[in-house]
Amino acid sequence: MSNTMKSVAIMGAVAAAFASQTATPADAAAKEKCYGISLAGENDCAAGPGTTCAGTSTVDYQGNAWTLVDVGTCAEIELPDLADGSARTGSLEELDRDLPA
Amino acid sequence: MLDATRTPPRLPSAPGVGYKSQHFHDLRAAPGPVTWLEVHAENYMGDGGRPHAQLRALRDDFAISVHGVGLSIGGEGPLDKAHLERLKSLITWLEPASFSEHLAWSTHGAEFLDDLLPLPYTEATLTRVASHIDQVQDVLGRQMLLENPSSYLAFADSTMSETAFLSELVRRTGCGLLLDVNNVFISATNLNDTPEGYLDAYPTHAVGEIHVGGHDADTDDAGAPLLIDSHGRATADPVWALLDHALAATGPAPVLVEWDNDVPDWATLRAEAERAAHALATAAAP
Amino acid sequence: MPTDQTQFRTALLDPTQPVPDGLTDGAGQPTTKRFAVYRNNVTVALTEALKTAFPVLVSLLGRQNFDQLARLFVRAHPPTSPLMIHYGAHMPAFLSGFAPLSHIKYLSDVARLELALRQSYHAADVTPFDGRKLGTFEAHQIVASTLTLAPAATVIPTVWPLFDIWRYTTQSGAPKPRAIAQPILITRVEFDPEPHALTPAQAAWLSHVTGGATLGAAQDSAMAIDPGFDLFTLLTLLIQNNAIANFTTPKD
Repeated sequence: MSNTMKSVAIMGAVAAAFASQTATPADAAAKEKCYGISLAGENDCAAGPGTTCAGTSTVDYQGNAWTLVDVGTCAEIELPDLADGSARTGSLEELDRDLPA
Repeated sequence: MLDATRTPPRLPSAPGVGYKSQHFHDLRAAPGPVTWLEVHAENYMGDGGRPHAQLRALRDDFAISVHGVGLSIGGEGPLDKAHLERLKSLITWLEPASFSEHLAWSTHGAEFLDDLLPLPYTEATLTRVASHIDQVQDVLGRQMLLENPSSYLAFADSTMSETAFLSELVRRTGCGLLLDVNNVFISATNLNDTPEGYLDAYPTHAVGEIHVGGHDADTDDAGAPLLIDSHGRATADPVWALLDHALAATGPAPVLVEWDNDVPDWATLRAEAERAAHALATAAAP
Repeated sequence: MPTDQTQFRTALLDPTQPVPDGLTDGAGQPTTKRFAVYRNNVTVALTEALKTAFPVLVSLLGRQNFDQLARLFVRAHPPTSPLMIHYGAHMPAFLSGFAPLSHIKYLSDVARLELALRQSYHAADVTPFDGRKLGTFEAHQIVASTLTLAPAATVIPTVWPLFDIWRYTTQSGAPKPRAIAQPILITRVEFDPEPHALTPAQAAWLSHVTGGATLGAAQDSAMAIDPGFDLFTLLTLLIQNNAIANFTTPKD
């Protein structure tokens, strides 16, 4: 494509795209879409669950001894390798090896 | 010391609730006895979007109290100047009727620990907290209220009671107090004190706001009761009774219902505000 | 010796450390379980914050796996600001370096997407650029023009089907992710951030333009990837989603 053709193509796209612009004023009362973002990372001043073991547990990750305890949706996602041969694994197969029998 | 010639705007002596964004529509449609709202400062320190738009809409109908949870007024290090500036800019555009924070620490070095951590009540702590309150009131140009914590343990090196500590802070800085009666009940139960005894020693003349809220019950190593300030359920009956006791000493005051975990629907929270309205009406009756 | 805050903090996030001296129950006796309340508060508050911040990661990994991961994360990367709305910025890098999950290579891009959605939610409000201000112009001026996206608009480059993965985990009945590269554009018309799937050519155009390149240079980069690149489609997506904050055309 010549420079002139490119310029004309860009100009046409810009003019046409802005020609269809409509204004949408923001409305604080508009209903939230359900993405859960509004509650993410809110600060509050309440305490947690008392004396449960969440904060005192020391059984954690050392080396590769990280044990899978449940299964998420990634087990349902299968993606082939990339063209360059690098792995594009989407399943939990490798983790499954660590599952207790 | 705060310049006493400046009269800060005041919250109404009426029920308020801790604002939750999921109540935005229901709360405006049917506020019941609720005339003011408390918001946690840090949730409105983004650059814009829905949180700011909601506050701009709400302040037309409700008085607003800004309640900080991240300033770490009891921290050993200096106050976070950037955070203080963020508070200043929020307060400048929102013009709330009240600003309050906690007698606690939550920041250590560069880390924020997202909890209200306890302080030993010593002369050294008093000097440091008083100087931090002076700095806050100076930067914000207004009086702040300081809230008593809920305590799960005590410090062997404390040399004074919490009530004596708070009284001296009020005297030195001119700050007001936010009396959390749920916290009084929790701390007294956890530390073998009586809540009524705590209130009798508390400087009630400085109270600018009262909190009630729910707590959970647990036990410690020795099997002793250990109450947890969970804000995850309705306010317990003994805490409502303690509110009556407090209002008898303070006179009419703004009373806030806090519910931060397992937040209920608006009707349930409004019923708690109605109970606070009843307590205020009873206290005002001759 | 008085209990200082350094000692308190060290024991708070490391349960192998002893409970600090000088802490007692109501009867003046030493106490372990009471200190555990603070240990739990901090760990649970930060873990819950991560769960609400990364719902797609929670869905992909499973709730309990995510809890384990979050507990490691909060001990390695406690917040560095009182603004919990921004907590978790280290998650993409943490996931890249986390050996047990390193074979699920798209996880850090998912974390990047979730961080960007939250950033967009809290970004500044701006009035979108009004196309009528463009007036009349020559083709050579348009080629030398630059534009600025709204603060709430962001591009996430990736070689993974990021949009499909997001949709599969957040919308019931959504199709399984396809084996394609899907960079994402996040926009916010009013207050709700919305991800859009991009082609690699569209992503290249956007990353050039957001880097300050002219429309001419951005066009070349997009057409190098896809000779059929259609600027009108992309500009319409941006304009209809209030994503263009400014459009600067040189005077001559």
